[in-house]
Amino acid sequence: MSEAPSYNFAYLDEQTKRMIRRALLKAVAIPGYQVPFASREMPMPYGWGTGGVQVTASVLGADDTLKVIDQGADDTTNAVSIRKFFERTAGIATTTHTSDATIIQTRHRIPETPLREGQILVYQVPIPEPLRFLEPRETETRRQHALEDYGIMHVKLYEDIARHGHIATTYAYPVKVDGRYIMDPSPTPKFDNPKMNMCPALQLFGAGREKRIYALPPYTNVVSLDFEDHPFEPTTFDRGCALCGSEGVYLDEVVTDDRGGRMFVCSDTDFCESRRDGFQQAGGTNYEARR
Amino acid sequence: MTAPPDRPLLVAEGLTKHYGPNLGCADVSLDIHEGEVVAVVGESGSGKSTLLGLLSTQLHPSAGSVRYRMRDGEERDLLALGEAERRFLLRTDWGFVHQDARLGLRMGVSAGGNVGERLMAVGWRHYGRIRSEAEQWLDRVEIARDRIDDRPDTFSGGMRQRLQIAKNMVTRPRLIFMDEPTGGLDVSVQARLLDLIRGFVNDYGLAAVIVTHDLAVARLLSHRIVVMRHGRVVETGLTDQVLDDPREPYTQLLVASILQA
Repeated sequence: MSEAPSYNFAYLDEQTKRMIRRALLKAVAIPGYQVPFASREMPMPYGWGTGGVQVTASVLGADDTLKVIDQGADDTTNAVSIRKFFERTAGIATTTHTSDATIIQTRHRIPETPLREGQILVYQVPIPEPLRFLEPRETETRRQHALEDYGIMHVKLYEDIARHGHIATTYAYPVKVDGRYIMDPSPTPKFDNPKMNMCPALQLFGAGREKRIYALPPYTNVVSLDFEDHPFEPTTFDRGCALCGSEGVYLDEVVTDDRGGRMFVCSDTDFCESRRDGFQQAGGTNYEARR
Repeated sequence: MTAPPDRPLLVAEGLTKHYGPNLGCADVSLDIHEGEVVAVVGESGSGKSTLLGLLSTQLHPSAGSVRYRMRDGEERDLLALGEAERRFLLRTDWGFVHQDARLGLRMGVSAGGNVGERLMAVGWRHYGRIRSEAEQWLDRVEIARDRIDDRPDTFSGGMRQRLQIAKNMVTRPRLIFMDEPTGGLDVSVQARLLDLIRGFVNDYGLAAVIVTHDLAVARLLSHRIVVMRHGRVVETGLTDQVLDDPREPYTQLLVASILQA
């Protein structure tokens, strides 16, 4: 705590945290429902995770261990600066290991390592309204949620198939929560959608600019929308990670030179690193050297 | 036409709507039977569109009631329906064709998506079946099948109106509301649209309430006519009777002011 003299614990004042916690409780009570909350100005621009940071600040305790990822990586600017922000304002422990963390704030990914009970996954959400691009009026979308009037959601998927021959939505793929609310899983790739279903961890979603919070309590039923003759299919890759050899994980394409060289590596850096460490300790193949 | 069933489909009684101190329409009572087309005519500001809004429950009346015989035969007070039920009624058993197609269609969504929307809203989840149903309805409104993936903003005015009708007809409604459906269309396109509507009325036993200021449209389509002025009904009766032998001075004036081509 030595570096946090001038701030309240975790930056936000206690009244604000209470307000956000109330919104979180309501969100947990109604899975998938967007709860309005009085989002605060944060010392970072909108789009950098102001919603997620406020949720994290409100659930953070002195004995928590925080992990922050951006597109699966622990070492990108956004992840590093948010981690540093909480180190400074809350003096809490941070980690890059998924299994060591009690709270994980994320942008765009769910870690490959399965989450467990007691962990909290906090999503940064830019646009919480799944119906937004079809229906610009907030009054109307709220009514559609209230009345479960969700025909237009399938119109979007219909349009995808009509134009591309298959459902071409690959991220922010809409889901139905607990058989009731349609929810935007934030811009995570649809690859991660199945991980949301029946997840043992608590999942919280914060949208700072749009001032909305929503949640998936542990073990909530989450179904990706589809058609009977065009079922939902998570993204698959025809190769493994070039560094750790993992298959069935989400891969990032990395350009390695200016002559068309490229490689596909795990987007989850912690997962990839721990796999490689494990190999080296066990005297296994060193994929990095082999490459 | 077959003989109308005993009980009317929709019964409006004493419908009154005030907009603040201004009168929208006053004390309008109206029955609509299955398979019957009723035209509401009158000059601009006579309360036609207000009446249409009241009948279709999009406006809430200051006084009066609207009752509707549901598909299960039960008569319900529409003003007492919950919003979910009313919306369901609007997108299954009813249709609404707007003068401005942009109000009735999603301009950013393909023709097929527009026609399929109601089907998806009532639970259709099979893409192939939705699409083939949409294709059939495009056929019926004489839009080429190969335009199914085009957006309505690439369509002409007449095609947009026909697409609106297909979009509404896909759930086989029993009652359709039309607000100046031929407004802004040239005469040959109008004729084609009127022909289409008349065909649907005959083929599907569709009932319709058509608001128009065009007496020719009323004469071609409607069985009965309601003449409105200053928010009140001045005359009502069989269309040919009212238009050929108008009783009220205002109706006489209206009929006399048609240009003879």
